Amino acid sequence: MSDHAADLKKHVRAYILVFVTLMFLTLVTVAVSTQHLEVHQAIIVALIIATVKGSLVACYFMHLISEKKLILWVMFLTVVFFLVLLAVPAFTVHDRIGR
Amino acid sequence: MASTGTTTPHAGHADVHEHGAHDLSFWKKYVFSTDHKTIGIQYAVTALCFLLFGFFLMMLMRWQLAFPGKAIPLIGGLFGEGRAPGGTMLPTFYNELGAMHGTIMVFLGIVPLAVGGFGNFVLPLQIGAPDMAFPRINMASYWFFFLGGVTMLLSFIIPPGGAAQSGWTSYAPLSDIAGSGQTWWIMGMVLLITSSLLGAINFIVTTIQLRAPGLSFFRLPFFCWAQFVTAFLLLLAFPPLEAAGVLQLMDRVAGTSFFLPSGLVVSGQALQVSGGGNPLLWQHLFWFLAHPEVYVLILPAMGIVAEIIANNTRKPLFGYRTMVYSLIFLGFMSFIVWAHHMFMTGMGTTMAAFFQTTTMIISIPSVAILTSLIISLWGGSIRFNTPMLFALAFLPMFGIGGLTGLPLGLNITDIPLHDTYYVIGHFHYVVAPGTIFALFAGIYYWYPKATGRKMSETLGRWHFWPSLLLMNGIFMPMFLTGLAGMSRRLADGGATYAFTKPVLHYNQWSSFSAWGLALFQIPFIINFFWSMKNGEKVDSNAWQSTTLEWSAAGSPPGHGNFKTIPTVYRGAYEYSVPGAAKDFTPQDQRS
Amino acid sequence: MSDIPIPYTVAPRPDTGLNNGKIGIWLFLASEVMLFGALFATYILLRTGATVWPHGREFLNIPLATTNTIVLITSSVTMVMAWYSLKMDRFTQFRIYLGLTILCAFGFMFIKYLEYSHKFELGLYPKTNTFLAIYFTMTALHGLHVVGGACVNAYLWGPGAKLWKTDKEQFTNRVENSGLFWHFVDLVWIFLFPVLYLL
Repeated sequence: MSDHAADLKKHVRAYILVFVTLMFLTLVTVAVSTQHLEVHQAIIVALIIATVKGSLVACYFMHLISEKKLILWVMFLTVVFFLVLLAVPAFTVHDRIGR
Repeated sequence: MASTGTTTPHAGHADVHEHGAHDLSFWKKYVFSTDHKTIGIQYAVTALCFLLFGFFLMMLMRWQLAFPGKAIPLIGGLFGEGRAPGGTMLPTFYNELGAMHGTIMVFLGIVPLAVGGFGNFVLPLQIGAPDMAFPRINMASYWFFFLGGVTMLLSFIIPPGGAAQSGWTSYAPLSDIAGSGQTWWIMGMVLLITSSLLGAINFIVTTIQLRAPGLSFFRLPFFCWAQFVTAFLLLLAFPPLEAAGVLQLMDRVAGTSFFLPSGLVVSGQALQVSGGGNPLLWQHLFWFLAHPEVYVLILPAMGIVAEIIANNTRKPLFGYRTMVYSLIFLGFMSFIVWAHHMFMTGMGTTMAAFFQTTTMIISIPSVAILTSLIISLWGGSIRFNTPMLFALAFLPMFGIGGLTGLPLGLNITDIPLHDTYYVIGHFHYVVAPGTIFALFAGIYYWYPKATGRKMSETLGRWHFWPSLLLMNGIFMPMFLTGLAGMSRRLADGGATYAFTKPVLHYNQWSSFSAWGLALFQIPFIINFFWSMKNGEKVDSNAWQSTTLEWSAAGSPPGHGNFKTIPTVYRGAYEYSVPGAAKDFTPQDQRS
Repeated sequence: MSDIPIPYTVAPRPDTGLNNGKIGIWLFLASEVMLFGALFATYILLRTGATVWPHGREFLNIPLATTNTIVLITSSVTMVMAWYSLKMDRFTQFRIYLGLTILCAFGFMFIKYLEYSHKFELGLYPKTNTFLAIYFTMTALHGLHVVGGACVNAYLWGPGAKLWKTDKEQFTNRVENSGLFWHFVDLVWIFLFPVLYLL
């Protein structure tokens, strides 16, 4: 993060661009949901859009894109455990003897 | 019980606190203090009180196990007709004691003592920091812990249900439909989780940011590393239990069915709920916390033992770097072994295979650390003082605990053993003669820093040798009863099962050992208070140690710890360096 | 407070490039990720294990929720602009943007209130079925975070702003940290919205 005024001005442009993109993607995700996609497809599309939106918020509004290494490492570690937490319980439930 | 926790530190502190530079009121100085040393002592003393209380609960249980159905002598009348009619313990009372013994020992005793107590008192001193990074959050952390503890204790006397009865694991659906005590248990846990979250953030930030100049990560004492990794476990593993607590609260209060499957029948009556929940979900969320929690219990203990062994062998630790890497790997792996607690749940074979593999892998770094500690003893001129005795006893005790865990980590051998006393024996070896001995070692070791006086060696030996003997007297027979098939959840100690008859008398061995153990904690309690006034006076480096907490002037050091922030020139364990003037070279000594 | 002040409370430590508060807030967010992670894990496990799973749209009001998404995204932009204003040394502008952020939070909670009360009128409660149970639990917990964030922002708008007069840098850091939390709350909603309402 630089404190120079010129650099900061660039930030504002980025914020507005991200804002517009987020609005657009919100409308897209609602629009897609009205199409009668199959459940699997609908889930994939919605999650992709949500992930893109989430990444934009994290990278630009939370400045993760220019953040120090230490914080990136902490968040990376957290995301690894987050994914483990999401995946493993679901696997164990569906990995039953006799299925 | 709880109130003594806050009042005792004052007594111990009053005559040694001569740093009256700031005219703080009594309340600000001793009760709502932001000084990490005071908070550490508050944590430690409160936690010791809880440990004692949890021990009392266990002694009552041991009566019931040794003499099922017989009236409790002397104090049996105190529990009222609702819990022990005629002094004979009801199974529901036994369940209350069991659930609360586990909860109190883990969440209110050992973790607050190991992390809140030792971590708070020692870590900022060892890294050369003036205080924790966020002193007021540190204070808040203690008070959340205190409130959580009070909530847990009060649940015993809150009508109608008394305390929680579903075990410290609170398995659903039993806990969903249990009496009102379970709701208080959840409330208490949420407070404790908040406390440990605040503490964990503080520890990590302090370690990263407030290390003294020159103190690189690989010059950190092993104890700091242990606290650092532990803080990460607390930070990332506790929130899922908080979520699980919220879900269980919803089940109990708002009538949802997160953990209640469809068509659940209780006492012959179909439960009037929407159903569709999954009891396995609770176990996943619970053990996602509770397995890392096992390492929260053991890592600080390893840290303490490493400090004491290096100091008393007057030698550097063997394989310091290997130990640190093992520690980090251990911390990481502890997040992906949790389902080895769940082999009995009908979880499938693929997952069971995965988790037994990770469990076998995680034993490698544990063995690496233990082996390094044992090799560290080689060729040292060992000083057998009381802290060292406890630290040495930790090694084989933890070893027994760890090795007996291997059959439990394998799916096929876990299934017959899982619900027996074998498991109780296994994890108590890790936690009781393991971690608690390390914590005692830590108390004897850092007591001079907190008070300026050493604890009595004579009383220390009266504490150590009987404790070592009796700890084994309690837990060794459990392997036998467990292998014979005695179930660990029975209120009558297996008296109704024909096949446990040949081993039942071991229950009495265990119980008499437990009561004897209580007796031999009296030398410790006397020592703890007597030595504040009468112990041998020592200078600020009581054990001729190299690490920074002993370089800080005064015992305890004044507010702000150091006159100026020290600069570090060397690693943590430069003992017996050839050519050096003394057999120890402090970290802040230039050459 | 102590004889030696605690280092790096405002200025960053050279080797990490960060001050204490910044690391603290990110660690807190890491734990929040795990908290909501556990709830999302619950959702996945219960949904994939269910024989029938109701469509969110059958119960829930998508136009209101879309509006709420837009409100929250807008508040995120005003929040980051409030921080930017401080960086540019424009205090009045900061107050306007932070004020807008707080108003958005109120707006969000008001719409949430409309949604909840409508559900209750229809006799739809958390205990009705597992879908509603998870819907109410997750949105309520998220709502608590919104309220919490709004309280912190209100403090920084009101009494907390006095710090600007004495220590501009520290005040800017506080607004930045509060903002990080606020964006995280927005980020959670970005996932909650499709998961609960659209799928």
